[in-house]
Amino acid sequence: MLHIVVCIKQVPDSREIRIDPKTNTLIRTGVPAIVNFYDLHGLEEALVLREKYGGKITVVCMGPPPAEKALKQCISLGADQAILVTDRGFAGADTLATSYVLAETIKKVGEEFGPVDVVFTGKQTLDGDTGQVGPGIACRLDLEQLTYVEKVVGIDMEKRRITVHRHLEDGVEVVETALPVLLTALKELNKVRRAPMPGMLKAARYKPIVWTTQDFPNLDRSKIGLKGSPTIVAKSWVPEQKTVNTEMIEGEDAQTKAVSLVDKLWQTDLPTKFGWDRPAQA
Amino acid sequence: QPADDMPDWSAYRGVLVYIEHRDGVAKSVSWQLLGQGKKLADKLEVDLMALVIGDNVKHLAEEAIAYGANRVFLFDAKELKSYRTRPYSRASMKVIHEIKPEIVLFGATATGRDLAGAIATHLPTGLTADTTELDVEPHPSRLLLASRPAFSEKMMATILCKQYRPQMATARAGVFEALPRDPNRQGEIVQFEFAMNESEIAAKVLDFIQDQSKINIEEAEIIVAGGRGLGGPEPFKMLKELADELGGVVGASRAAVDAGWIKHEHQVGQTGYTVRPKLYFAIGISGAVQHLVGMQNSGIIVAINRDPDAPIFKAAHYGIVGDLFQIVPAITEEVRKRRGL
Ligand SMILES: Cc1cc2nc3c(=O)[nH]c(=O)nc-3n(C[C@H](O)[C@H](O)[C@@H](O)COP(=O)(O)OP(=O)(O)OC[C@H]3O[C@@H](n4cnc5c(N)ncnc54)[C@H](O)[C@@H]3O)c2cc1C
Ligand SMILES: Cc1cc2nc3c(=O)[nH]c(=O)nc-3n(C[C@H](O)[C@H](O)[C@H](O)COP(=O)(O)OP(=O)(O)OC[C@H]3O[C@@H](n4cnc5c(N)ncnc54)[C@H](O)[C@@H]3O)c2cc1C
Repeated sequence: MLHIVVCIKQVPDSREIRIDPKTNTLIRTGVPAIVNFYDLHGLEEALVLREKYGGKITVVCMGPPPAEKALKQCISLGADQAILVTDRGFAGADTLATSYVLAETIKKVGEEFGPVDVVFTGKQTLDGDTGQVGPGIACRLDLEQLTYVEKVVGIDMEKRRITVHRHLEDGVEVVETALPVLLTALKELNKVRRAPMPGMLKAARYKPIVWTTQDFPNLDRSKIGLKGSPTIVAKSWVPEQKTVNTEMIEGEDAQTKAVSLVDKLWQTDLPTKFGWDRPAQA
Repeated sequence: QPADDMPDWSAYRGVLVYIEHRDGVAKSVSWQLLGQGKKLADKLEVDLMALVIGDNVKHLAEEAIAYGANRVFLFDAKELKSYRTRPYSRASMKVIHEIKPEIVLFGATATGRDLAGAIATHLPTGLTADTTELDVEPHPSRLLLASRPAFSEKMMATILCKQYRPQMATARAGVFEALPRDPNRQGEIVQFEFAMNESEIAAKVLDFIQDQSKINIEEAEIIVAGGRGLGGPEPFKMLKELADELGGVVGASRAAVDAGWIKHEHQVGQTGYTVRPKLYFAIGISGAVQHLVGMQNSGIIVAINRDPDAPIFKAAHYGIVGDLFQIVPAITEEVRKRRGL
């Protein structure tokens, strides 16, 4: 039996965010709030592991009250219970403060609902996009940490060891470690299922458990929210559309144009830098 | 910027760069960060330092000096052969606690993010992710101005860390310039003992399957990209020939990827990779804004399109109006000729 915690964040679909060209500010209206899609791959893998090894899945989210909707979506997909950690005091958190609150939450989940064996987070979010919260949680809870997981090979329940494939820039690493473990999910991990009808019905009636700062008597207030966040966004700006002086290359046929372009390239430092001026090895 | 709202950080001095490698072969982002780190260190009038962790990696410490470091901290032990979070973060923490650098930089790679995320939490301190601009305010504030793209590259944000030291950031590959390698540069190597037994480390790396076919488009210095104008998968071979001739890789627009002509790992743009090669060819690509955000910071952009009004020409340094099926082979042939082939 496994107790799996899945961390999910509700995010604006930043792919849909536009910049107002007059004010150079973000246009957020009409941008849908979605479950960060990497997190859904974490949940999907938790469902697969529960099918294989038995157990239960707790989904946790730190966010404002409307994030309840995101948690309900996870219930519809098959999570057993969902916890919303919400409080004005948590607002303005950077990754350090976020991982602190989520670690405290997972600790409490362990105390109230049984020890946690596996924690999933997404590889990164669509908005903050740092990928730092997963390692932060693992550190604080002293969990083993395996990031960028594209495949869970299996868990040896007796030895309490897990084997996964990590997807790195230059290849795939096969690595094995001890439970409890935190995994960060890639989209290659699985294909997210659609919510079945009974799940949707369950979700419609479901009320997530809500925890506020009151529910954490030992919470260190200096570590949460804006106060607990070392990073400060000092300014933001819209990068100027680079204006480029385009030189159109004319010529009567393709060959003339090609020769003329290559002439231009040969006047730069590229040929020396990349060895084009030396004959290629046969 | 007055320094009065900040604690006294005079015990923290110097810029430290983490040198990432695979089996003793350094990732180019490590040297790029030393290049940028040097600028920061010079402005702050402090040492540029490097951290090398691995097994049989003394040569990397020497290389780090050749690429600009004054001092290199070296952990060389068989337990450190492959990257694993616990031993590597333990070693890094030891150096950071002892040396007290004011700035620590990592590549924004899988390994760099994994390691930096762990260290920043342990210390604790602020960590700015995935930066593309790094600057410092001079003494007395000495603040790291770490800027990163936000909201799918549509904005930039500058992030500061005033109340904690060191200031940490991960930085994208391919953005900063390495210094020219100079084997005559002088520097000091400080060897550290690694005090952890294999039995204390739960994680075991069982295998690493290098992906030979995989292209690392983010680090590519020359990209020959094709779009819907290619009309199918076959013409990508023509692009590959030009790319091979120039020592580059093939890129693509989303339209070409969505059509199934080429794999997603080649896609440039908002939902693909952000690239900054020295030379970028946009061939049969119209220049939609979602494509432009991914490549507009390239050194030289060449656009080839039969539509003289295609928006890509506005972003290009050189434009050729014409049929790509005639122009691309002509360029490849001309390059071959110049190279004496
Ligand atoms: C433009 C911008 C830039 C920023 N830059 C930085 C920066 O450089 N450094 C920094 O420390 N902070 C930064 N922040 C703040 C930070 O992004 C978030 O506010 C922080 O709460 C979560 O970080 P993330 O979104 O990057 O999460 P990531 O670390 O990318 O998230 C990884 C995973 O952690 C889990 N997770 C994250 N947040 C939650 C949550 N609230 N509830 C449940 N699970 C969660 C999810 O599973 C998620 O997939 C930035 C914010 C913005 C808007
Ligand atoms: C949320 C979102 C995210 C997106 N992310 C990305 C992304 O990451 N990357 C990306 O590229 N796009 C992205 N797009 C899609 C983008 O909007 C464009 O649809 C796409 O870039 C168009 O690809 P294209 O230029 O290859 O095709 P087209 O726009 O169809 O252009 C084809 C061009 O080829 C030229 N051409 C045709 N035949 C020839 C010939 N024989 N010789 C010379 N020229 C010829 C045509 O004149 C035309 O200009 C995204 C869109 C959205 C909404």
